[in-house]
This record gives sequence, C-alpha cells and structure tokens, in this order.
Amino acid sequence: MKAVLLFLLLMVPALAAPVADTFSNPATETRARALQRQLRCLVCQGESIDESGSPFAADVRHLVRQQIADGASDQQIQDFLVARYGDFILMKPPLQPDTWLLWLAPFLVLAAGGGVAWLTVKKAAARGA
Amino acid sequence: MTGELGQLALCFALALALVMAAAGLAGTRADRAGARAVASSAALGHLVFVGLAFGTLVYAFVTSDFSIVAVAGNSHTLKPLVYKISGVWGNHEGSMLLWVLVLALYAALVAALQRGGARLTSGAIGIQGLLAAAFLLFILFTSNPFFRLDPAPFEGAGLNPLLQDPGLAMHPPMLYAGYVGLSASFAYAAAALLVGEEGWARAARPFMLIAWIALTCGIALGSWWAYYELGWGGFWFWDPVENASLMPWLIATALLHSALATERSGAFRTWSLLLAIAGFSMSLIGTFLVRSGVLSSVHAFASDPTRGFFIMVLICLAIGGALALFAWRAHTLQGGAAFEPVSRETTLLLNNVFLVASCACVFVGTLYPLVLDAINGTKISVGPPYYALTFAPIFFAALFLVPFGPRLGWKRGDLKAAWRDLYPALGLAAVAAVVVLAVASPRTIAATGAFAVAGWLIGASLIDVRKRIGRGRGGARASAFAAALAHAGLGVTLIGVAGTTAWRSEALTVLAPGETMTVGPYTLRFDGVTRERGPNYIADRAHIALMDGRDVRATLLPEHRFYPAEGQDMNDTAIRTTGVRDLYLALGDDRGGGRFTIRAYVSPLAPFIWLGGLVMALGGLLSLWGRLRARPAPQSQPAAQALAAE
Repeated sequence: MKAVLLFLLLMVPALAAPVADTFSNPATETRARALQRQLRCLVCQGESIDESGSPFAADVRHLVRQQIADGASDQQIQDFLVARYGDFILMKPPLQPDTWLLWLAPFLVLAAGGGVAWLTVKKAAARGA
Repeated sequence: MTGELGQLALCFALALALVMAAAGLAGTRADRAGARAVASSAALGHLVFVGLAFGTLVYAFVTSDFSIVAVAGNSHTLKPLVYKISGVWGNHEGSMLLWVLVLALYAALVAALQRGGARLTSGAIGIQGLLAAAFLLFILFTSNPFFRLDPAPFEGAGLNPLLQDPGLAMHPPMLYAGYVGLSASFAYAAAALLVGEEGWARAARPFMLIAWIALTCGIALGSWWAYYELGWGGFWFWDPVENASLMPWLIATALLHSALATERSGAFRTWSLLLAIAGFSMSLIGTFLVRSGVLSSVHAFASDPTRGFFIMVLICLAIGGALALFAWRAHTLQGGAAFEPVSRETTLLLNNVFLVASCACVFVGTLYPLVLDAINGTKISVGPPYYALTFAPIFFAALFLVPFGPRLGWKRGDLKAAWRDLYPALGLAAVAAVVVLAVASPRTIAATGAFAVAGWLIGASLIDVRKRIGRGRGGARASAFAAALAHAGLGVTLIGVAGTTAWRSEALTVLAPGETMTVGPYTLRFDGVTRERGPNYIADRAHIALMDGRDVRATLLPEHRFYPAEGQDMNDTAIRTTGVRDLYLALGDDRGGGRFTIRAYVSPLAPFIWLGGLVMALGGLLSLWGRLRARPAPQSQPAAQALAAE
C-alpha cells in the first residue's frame, strides 16, 4: 500500500496538466526562450532546441517548460539536463579544468600577439633612430 | 566511354602535374630558362586535361549516365538540368574534382600572367604542380568519380533536396574559388622562400584578392542559404562547417593587410610569408574537416578510413613541408623595416594580432571538442555563447581600430591629425548610439555598441571617399576607394547582424483557414493549403495573405516539399523584404482538419547582413581592378627593396 502511495506520489509531476506551448506571463516566456537557446538539440546539426523542429527538441522544450512551471531555477534545469544528457547539451561549454584552455586560448593568443607586436614596433622604431 | 575518357584525362593531368612540379622547381635555377617554359606549358596543358575530366563528369550527370557510381548515387532523371549540373559537386568525388579544377585554373593563371620574376613564377608553378599531383592521387586512389556500376541501375538515387537550391548550387564553386585561390599565395610564398626573392607579395596580390573576394561571396552565399532554407530565420550557426570557411577568410584578411605593408615598406616580410602558408593551411584543414566527415560524426571516419588518412597525410606534408621550408629559409629574407610606433605599419600589425586571435578562437572552438573527446571522452559542445564571449569582443576591438589605418602615413603617422579627421565619424557613431537607445526596444548594450561601431566605420569610409575625390590618380585612388568600400561593408554587415539579433520578433501559431495572426507590425491571414506538383517534388503550399486593414497587400507562399526520389522533406520559406526589414514565413506541421502551424519572423535589417558582404566584395573587386590596370613595377628592383633600403 505504502509502495503504491509512493509510486502515485512520484507520478504526480508526470500526471500534472500539460504545459502550454507558451507561458502567458511574458517575463516567464522570455526566460524560457533564453534558456532554450542555451540548450543544444542533440539530433540536429548546430541548432538549439529553441530553433529545431525535431521531436527531440520538442520533448526537451516541454521538459524545460514543465520544470519552469514547477518553480525550478535555470541552474537546476541545466543541471538536470546535464545529468541526463551530459555536457554536450549545453551550448556554452562549462568552465572546468579540461576546458580552461578552450576559454583562455583566444586571449592567450591575443596576449602573445600583442607582446610580439610590441617588440616588433620597438625594434622597428630603434631601427629608424 | 565517357567514364573511361574522364579517367584517362585524370591520368594525363596527373602526369602533367608531375611535369609542372619537376620543371617548375628546376626552373628556380637561373640558368634553366627551358625548364621554365616547360613548366608554364605544362600548367596550361594540366588545366586542359583537368577541364576535360570535369567536363566528362558534367556530361555524365547531364545525360544521367547511371553506369557511373557518382551519378547513380547523386542524380535522378527527373531533376531539373541546373541541379543535374550542381549535382556534380554535390557529392564527395565530384567536389574533390572541382577542387582540383580550381587549383588547375589558378596554376594556369599564374603561368599565363607571369607576375613576379621568372624564377619566382617558375617555383610557384612547381609548388602548385606538387599540390595538384597530390590531390589527383587522392582522387584516383580513394575518390574516383568515374568508377563504373555493372549492371547500371535504371534510376539514380537523387540529390539531397537541401542541395537542390540555386544558392547552394553556386555556393561550393564560389567557396572553392576562395579556398583554393589561397594556394596561389601559398605557392608564391614557398617559391619566394626557395629563390629568396622579395617581390612575391606584389606578384601574388591579385591572387590574394581574388581568393578573398570569392571567400567573402562564398561565406555570404552560404549564410544567405541557411537563412532562407533552414526555416527559422537564423543566418549563422557557428557550425563547424561554417567555421571551416570563416578561418581562411580571417587569415586571408590578415594576409591582405600584412602583405600590403610588406610590399609598400618592406615590413613584416617573414610574417606575411607565414600568413600565406597559414591561409592555405586553413583551407586544407577546412577541406579535411568537411570532407572527411570527422565533424558531423566521429564514426563517419571509420566508414572510409583510407580517405581520411590519405587527406590527413597530404595536409601534414603540405603544411609541414611549407613550415619546414620557412624555418630553413626565412632568415635569408630578414632585414625588417624601420617605422615609428604611430604609423600605418603599426595599425596593420594590430589588425593582424586581432584577426589571428579571432581565427584562433574559431579554430579552438571548432577543434577543442574533437580533441577533448579523443583524450578523455568528455563530450562538450561549443555553441554561440562561447563565440559571443570570445570572438565578439576581439573582433569588435579590431573594428574599432579600422578607421585609423588609412589615416596614418607609412613609417610615420600623425595620431592627432587622424583623430581630428575622424571627428565627424565619431559624431555619426554617437548619433547612431543615441538613436538606438531612443527608438529601439528592447534596448541592449550589444546592439547600441554595434550601431556605434557601424557608424564609426561607415562615417570614416565616407570621409575617406570625400577626401579622395579629385586627389590621387589611377591605381592609388582605386585602392583607397577599395579600402573605404570594404571597411564600410563591415559596418553594413554589423548593422544587419545587430538588428536581427536584438530585435527579431517571431510568432508560432496554429491556424485554421480564415484565421489571422500578428507578428511585429504585420497581420497575416491563413487562406489554407493547396497541393502542388513541382518537377521532382510534391508540395503543400500555404497561401498566407499579408493584410493591410481589410485589403490583401500581398500573398506569401511558403511550402513544405516532399521529394519522393530521395524520400526527404524540405521547407521552402517565403520571404518578403522591404530592404530594411524581412517578413519571413515557414510552413510547419499539419495539425489536422486544415489547421497548420505557421512560423513567422520579422527580422529588422536582415538584408544588410548580405548587402555588407556584397559591399566588401565590391571593395575587393575595385582593388583588383586597380591592380591589374596599374603598370607592372620593374621586376629587377621591386618597390619593397627600394623602400626598405632607405
């Protein structure tokens, strides 16, 4: 009996009324759209779930909206999806030890280039003097 | 017969490529005038045979000769003629043949124009012969388009409907003209290292320009195609395949600027050589990424490992060989020029630092996920938010500096005078920012900043054009106008990108016939869907009336097409543009009972994105025209040396 009760309790979110395609509150809708743009459609090429017309994207959109309706924060929703699908679902790669180089490389190149440029200009100026 | 003819032509082309390589490289010695003549003739003959092979394949596609594997796999008798022809490069084998054809065209052009010293040109032809031979071997051994099928099927498998589109029919040849065009600069740079000749930057300039123009157009076409074909109004995805075309463009842009300094004042000699090598390397890497299938799926590689392996070895040899040559010989060209910290040279140097950093950003963003997956199996995806935080600020900084370049003199510039000269541009930037803040909604910092920078760029270009009228002559004037146009084009594209990104509105609604929806300022009435027959598809065509009060101002017809031969679905969007604003409609799912989902977008300023690309390309064309019209410099004493000696 307890088990059945527990089962029913766990089923509640699934039994909740289906979430509408759009939230009536514009602020919530904007938030949902922004979040959807941060999530990659795993079965498409280069599209977010916000843009894609695939069934997968529709499912994840539904999931996101369900969780927003349940009061979850953006972070919680992202964590939930990462736990389910891995980091690949995030359009913005997480900042962690194995992605430091990814995030820093452009600026390292910029700094190195700036250093080389500075030396070059100094040398060129000395040559003219 | 056709297949065998093509095969034979490829073999002859390979033989001539080897002759080009041997004779061309031998011709780098001063006393080998005979070898030089042979190399030039071989380059022209090579073009004839590659052209014959390509023509044969086109003929096979047009006549639907399904005994040839490439035709059977990618064509269909019902396809319109234009897509039978574009089907030639809509598959791996044919597109590699197109690659080699463009390479042959550039080699023949190098031989025909004979720009630069005789030894330099000969060396360049030799290097291009090596490249051509390597790619022909790749085609003959792993990607032969002339393989036969026995028995031949009655009907072909058709072409991916996504590719059956005028934009995409033109896109690959244009992009290849750019990719492979960088081979000429590469060949000239390598030859310059071999013979120790300085005039290469001037000799290779027209080829750099042609490549850059073609890349600009190719990227713009690809982006435009994605916009109207993919059905959700986006224009750039930071998709690896797009990135593969952006990287050579960034390096080619850097090269155009650096080589200008090398040519005019003898500065950055070794750096320009390195950029010429890097530019074509990016093209090769791009070709590898797109062609090997390593991007769309890591497993596509395994399906044909020889292909990926062969092309990887080829790339390593080309890039590694060129870099080794650079390491071995670059010091012989050293010398360096004198210039002051405030000078055009410095601005060009900064331009290069920012462009190379932008390219590094795209490079890392494209390849990091592959490398990380290979190292520890972590799968990450690098999407637009990454580029918004890395590429955008770096590129923005570069754009801010652009107007200073043309205003500072070679060797020594006057920063104060440049600022004074730029006051009106600064004013235009401020006005643009204020207008955006006053009128636009929502107000975003990014859009305001983008409009300010666009105003700054366009304002500076207008000042340039005004000052140049009546001053300077011929080539010099053309090149100043060209720079102004290209820089203004950047501003125009920026306006389009910022406007669309910040202020696009959209509506996704399920409508029954007779119902209306609104999107942005427009009211649309859904008048139902009809079934239409195309030449090789069946379409659901929505009739959507754009309302003006109670009157119908226009009818838009977005379609959903089904291609039975290929068994695939496609969207065909309907776009109505006012020139400053696009209304964009796509037909979504059938919801039953005559009800359909309609996707509507209003993209303000969207046409500016591609208009800017066109303006940039026009700038490039003008510069090219000025170059080809200009009297060739005396070859014994290139301008760079004369200036550097001061």
